[in-house]
Amino acid sequence: MSNNQQMCGGEALVKALERAGVEVMFGLPGGAILPVYDPIIDSSIRHILVRHEQGAGHMAEGYAHATGRPGVVMVTSGPAATNVVTPLCDAFLDSVPMVCITGQVPYAAIGTDAFQECDTTGITMAVTKHNFLVTEAQDIPRTIRAAFHIATTGRPGPVLVDIPKDIVDPVNPRSAMTWYEATDADMDLPGYHPITQGDPELIRAAAEMIRTAERPVLYVGGGILKSRAAEALLQLAEMVQIPVVTTLMARGAFPDSHDLCLGMPGMHGNFTAVTAMQKSDLLISLGARFDDRVTGKLDGFAPDAKIIHVDIDPAELGKVRRVDIGIQGDCRLVIEDLTTAMREIGGTDAQVDRGAWRSTISGWQEKFPLVYEQSELGERLKPQYVLEELRDNNPADTIVTSGVGQHQMYASQYWKFDYPYTWINSGGLGTMGFSIPAAIGAKVGKPDRRVWAVDGDGCFQMTAQELVTASVEDIPIKVALLNNSYLGMVRQWQEMFYDERFSEVYLSEQTPDYVKWSEAMGCVGIRVESPEEVAPAITKANEINDRPVVVEFRTDPRENVFPMVPAGKSNSELVVDPSQQGLEP
Amino acid sequence: MSNPDRFHTIVTTVENKPGVLARVSGLFARRGFNIESLAVAPTDDERFSRITFTVDVESAPLEQVVKQLNKLINVVEIQELPPEECVSRELMLVTVAADAHHRRDLMELIDDWRAYVLAENTERIMLSFSARTARLDEFEECLRPFGIVELQRTGRVALPALD
Ligand SMILES: Cc1ncc(C[n+]2csc(CCOP(=O)(O)OP(=O)(O)O)c2C)c(N)n1
Ligand SMILES: [Mg+2]
Repeated sequence: MSNNQQMCGGEALVKALERAGVEVMFGLPGGAILPVYDPIIDSSIRHILVRHEQGAGHMAEGYAHATGRPGVVMVTSGPAATNVVTPLCDAFLDSVPMVCITGQVPYAAIGTDAFQECDTTGITMAVTKHNFLVTEAQDIPRTIRAAFHIATTGRPGPVLVDIPKDIVDPVNPRSAMTWYEATDADMDLPGYHPITQGDPELIRAAAEMIRTAERPVLYVGGGILKSRAAEALLQLAEMVQIPVVTTLMARGAFPDSHDLCLGMPGMHGNFTAVTAMQKSDLLISLGARFDDRVTGKLDGFAPDAKIIHVDIDPAELGKVRRVDIGIQGDCRLVIEDLTTAMREIGGTDAQVDRGAWRSTISGWQEKFPLVYEQSELGERLKPQYVLEELRDNNPADTIVTSGVGQHQMYASQYWKFDYPYTWINSGGLGTMGFSIPAAIGAKVGKPDRRVWAVDGDGCFQMTAQELVTASVEDIPIKVALLNNSYLGMVRQWQEMFYDERFSEVYLSEQTPDYVKWSEAMGCVGIRVESPEEVAPAITKANEINDRPVVVEFRTDPRENVFPMVPAGKSNSELVVDPSQQGLEP
Repeated sequence: MSNPDRFHTIVTTVENKPGVLARVSGLFARRGFNIESLAVAPTDDERFSRITFTVDVESAPLEQVVKQLNKLINVVEIQELPPEECVSRELMLVTVAADAHHRRDLMELIDDWRAYVLAENTERIMLSFSARTARLDEFEECLRPFGIVELQRTGRVALPALD
């Protein structure tokens, strides 16, 4: 496309998206964005028509998580813009790169309460990394370039671009513009300069602190995945021989099957991961943010630990927990530099002896593995068993997405994540209904991979309509629906903390009929009620590749997630599985 | 304003674009930082404006305030000025009741404090007074007995002290 060509803002917008490397976007048209949907017909970009704009947002997130490329959403003004607020906030809290284009009423009508007008930039200010209201067609290419730049650099996040109709509508003279290929200089972002390289002096100091630590733990978060640092992390961990905990956002960033991997810490983390952090004398936090779901009660958290904290976002350093060494930088670059610095001071051989620490840890692992009570013949299926069977009957590179609730925790606990970018969930916002659209987005980004959405019955009812999108657009995902007839996680809290007074958590055992519902949406529906049906159903689902499959597992409504740190309690008060209670660590 | 050391001044240079003030004030509201005073004005470069805040460092961790401000894409530069390292001024416009009875006393006060008379009629005098915030507070107290009809203050602005 040659510069200086006269075109309409709508064409320029689609062209700019193509030039930004967009291959697919998720959206749904309406009045204000209509003029942009016309040039989409002739575009190389695949547009996936969703059934609800929230679905588009989560699909874009799933796509971004799976591929590392920004997810792109396009919707109209007003109600469509408000429908994407939840995924924007979700992407903001989980640092997911995303660009969302919203239609807006014509520029001159803004502020008049025009039909389907809402203050989209005002509403989304608090849930985006940045947003733009474009006022001139001529600004479209540079704004789109800036949007992608901001979404994908520094700490990634969602960026929204609000486009008034008049600047994209060919019948309006305000849409006339002269095409140009926007460059970095055109972006005009004088206040945006993310720093990626860590301070070498701090890195040397960190290396020395690590070398002499007796009970260190590598506490790694989603930043490892965002910075593509899994490989670098493996090298560092192996060189220093320090155990690794992977937060809910970092499952798969370090292989679960590795000797050094302790698994997930936090509210439903395993005993060893939680306790190793509690007893540690040095936490090396890489791309994690000391979320309250990880720390438990803050003043009881890892009381003896010094903190090295590496994060691309300097506002995270010291935000929650005082740091001894805070390093601003891209995790991958800092880890690489840290590994070099460790090598320079003697590498593996120079590390202090941590034999005692290692044996303490393996003692915990032996004594407090993840356990659950297997159901007796004729009893309800255990959700943990379903997860174990799913794990054992699928290749290790299967992508697993999840909703929010007990099923999410079982999935994170019982799946074995050995590859990065195989676990996609909603961590920061905890958005019910995330799994199905996220799975669709992931499958679109990675069509050759098997994608399983682990969902709860409550979650399923929030976004199941996107299975219609999956059927019609030929996106054959698989859904493992753990149907316990309850808002199970809330039920668990009421059981444990509200004297078993169950308030508004029972959904229904009869309604809906998930098999019929799935079939109505163009999927294959399978119902599983007993343990021996589990593996065959999974195998059957895996053999179907011409449409989505929903396997409804009817699970025990009374099952609870353990271990658990009760909200507001210190991690030292972790409640283990009833069968392990009373055991001395 | 009991302990003046509590109040630090943050001088931000921001892009002169619509909505920037909303972003900044929204951030303060969202993160629970209290703004003690706020002044906004263009700079000599039309691309930028300056927003000067005073924040109570006992109510908000200053470092977090600055770091979070820095994350706003439209914020270009931040200068953090503790009270001992800056010269700050605030402007007050005030209309005071001044009947024949009290006029002489008021004029004396105005002279003592080096305030300026901007306008007057038989019942009222309008003044301007610019000084450190604490001095404005004191002056206001002195005027109160006369009867303050209307009063407006600008919020403080500040520059780094010369050494
Ligand atoms: C949109 C939204 N609403 C409410 C909640 C609070 N919440 C967290 S888990 C949960 C229950 C989820 O139920 P279900 O999907 O059946 O999963 P289960 O816990 O039973 O596995 C609820 C209501 C939430 N996280 N998100
Ligand atoms: Mg449920």
